[in-house]
Amino acid sequence: MTTVQQQETLALNGDEAVALAAKQSDVDVVAAYPITPQTIIVERFSEYVADGEVETEFVCTESEHSALTACLAASATGVRTFTATASAGLALMHEILYVTSGCRAPVVMAITNRALSAPINIHCDHSDSMAERDSSWIQLYVENSQEAYDTIIQAFRIAEHTKVLLPIMVCLDAFFLSHTLENVKTLPDKKVKDFVGTRQIPLVMGHEGKKVPFKLDPKNPITIGPLALQDYYFEHKRQQEEAMRNASGIISEINDLYSQLSGRKYGNGLTDPYFLEDADIATICVGSTAGTTKYVVDNLRSRGIKAGLLRLRTLRPLPTSDIVSALASTKAVAVMDRSHSFGGYGGPLFHEIRHVLYDTQPHPHVVNYIYGLGGRDMPQNDIQDIYIDLQKIQQNNAVENYVNFVRVRE
Amino acid sequence: MTLPSWKFTAKEIVKKPELFTSGHRACAGCGPAIALRQIMKATRGPTIVTNATGCMEVVSTIYPYTAWKVPWIHTAFENVAANASGIEAALKAMKRKEMYKGTIDVIAFAGDGGTFDIGIQALSGAAERGHDFLYVLYDNEAYMNTGIQRSGGTPHGASTTTSPAGKVIPGKTQFKKPIADIMVAHEIPYVATASIAYWQDVLMKARKGLEVEGPAFLHVFAPCPRGWRYDTSKTVEIARLAVETCVFPLWEAVNGNYSLSPQSKIAALKPDRKKPVIDYLKMQRRFRHLFNPSFEHERIVIQERIDKRWGKLLKKCDMA
Repeated sequence: MTTVQQQETLALNGDEAVALAAKQSDVDVVAAYPITPQTIIVERFSEYVADGEVETEFVCTESEHSALTACLAASATGVRTFTATASAGLALMHEILYVTSGCRAPVVMAITNRALSAPINIHCDHSDSMAERDSSWIQLYVENSQEAYDTIIQAFRIAEHTKVLLPIMVCLDAFFLSHTLENVKTLPDKKVKDFVGTRQIPLVMGHEGKKVPFKLDPKNPITIGPLALQDYYFEHKRQQEEAMRNASGIISEINDLYSQLSGRKYGNGLTDPYFLEDADIATICVGSTAGTTKYVVDNLRSRGIKAGLLRLRTLRPLPTSDIVSALASTKAVAVMDRSHSFGGYGGPLFHEIRHVLYDTQPHPHVVNYIYGLGGRDMPQNDIQDIYIDLQKIQQNNAVENYVNFVRVRE
Repeated sequence: MTLPSWKFTAKEIVKKPELFTSGHRACAGCGPAIALRQIMKATRGPTIVTNATGCMEVVSTIYPYTAWKVPWIHTAFENVAANASGIEAALKAMKRKEMYKGTIDVIAFAGDGGTFDIGIQALSGAAERGHDFLYVLYDNEAYMNTGIQRSGGTPHGASTTTSPAGKVIPGKTQFKKPIADIMVAHEIPYVATASIAYWQDVLMKARKGLEVEGPAFLHVFAPCPRGWRYDTSKTVEIARLAVETCVFPLWEAVNGNYSLSPQSKIAALKPDRKKPVIDYLKMQRRFRHLFNPSFEHERIVIQERIDKRWGKLLKKCDMA
């Protein structure tokens, strides 16, 4: 594969980048319901349909619950499907998230990460998708609109890979990405269509005992979504875990293949380390905060401070060994959580990272910063203060507060 | 629109292979299982079936077995109409890409809980969007799969485990939601009621529903011996009595134009042939408490409501 030199640079916000990527990926069915700040995605897609630019069947459902259900059923019928939601919409889908992964339907869904009510708030935090970590969906978090575009294209190939067959959430920060114009390099339609390819359908045991395509096909009937009790339910779930494990390698592989096509690469697809080779102190985050943090790290490095950043691109499947190796040189790390697990020991990312580092010897001090709930800004100064805290922890070899809340009235 | 009327003969129907087969684990005398078998006899070609959570889903697909000879999917309780929407959308997209030729029909099955109550939003949405599918409500008038709890489809006076007949409350105090009329109000091309006691009528109406372009809604009355408390041999008899007493009249509305089906025309043309509701109530122990002297007025209330609804229906059918 040769890298495409002629890439048109368009001024797109994150939502528009997502819609364009879905369009170019030759999606057969889009079923969606509007919710701020995802609306631009469905609006743009409706325009593509209205202007005859796509062959997609667009179903404007009466709820997110039905939107995901329709995608799941369409996917089970054998076609490529896409939807998008946020916040309350994702919460309403909660039941069907598990059904979608359980039915092994490779639906691709964009999430414009938005705070959950109450109080009602339309701005960015990660409460919505973090609450769905255990739903057997692959979760990829992007840093900017360019990555949103690139990741949607990759997502179809990952989800539909016959060794994976799991649905994917591609998560982008509300407003910081969804509504902010950026220059986005875009590939020609045909290049994307060829890269994504047609959906591969694996063979499974059919009603008559012979191998048939895994889809609802009157010529080769199969039963999807049966009742499985104590005798078979557990095996279904174990297979989902196996698929998740397969997904790690596939995500990396497709990240590589895509970089050959586009010239753009996001770490190894799972983690995106920044100045970590010799870092003493580091922060860990997902999403757009990584962009600001890179700027802070550059400043600290110019002053001779060995600071680094680990951006987690893939939260599910959790890239455990990559996290351990990326943080090998660190003495103190701060996990940045844009959501909270109330009553728990810090936020959800903190649980994951601290847990992964438990068996490493020697492991760094791992502290937690809850920040930016409901879209509160996370400016450079606040991020820099966290690195200063980490320096103190490194110098004193002691931690004062493991769980900290950034810039909140207390 | 003119619809042809099919003559499904017993000979022809016997020859047609079963698509909902024996071996499922429905109870003896199960009305909904009869309904499914009848409907699947009315299919006209390649068909995809989707089922809401409920008795018929649970009894027919206990992994790794299936009672279905057609592609079949279940996802959840409240969303069978959204399943049908997604399948139909996928078929449209595939047709556009010439991935198949001809027609593939989509049938959605749901019980009364999945239709009157938790599934009405998805059903209403799918009807408004105009997807081409047949929705079959098999109505056994309560949540039977979970152990006989009341639904919006449970009739007034019925004792269920969540509307028990007590010392002061005579079973369910509300009346059955007129779900088929609500579907007619959606201005979809075809809505009908049917009773498993009249198999030819069920088959004809199911076929009509499949043939029309757009959503079709078929409300099939399907008694449940466990939930209604009667002997398993009486299922068809009770299904017939519901029609003869006008508890469950049979009609269809083609493009919103109501007409009585022959079985109910008898009561319209010869009112003396209309049986009293008490004949129907007394066969079922879910209504047993209504025969206590203290609840006697409930029987009058039920008869009055049935007569009122029947009168309204006759007006809609221009037979008043």
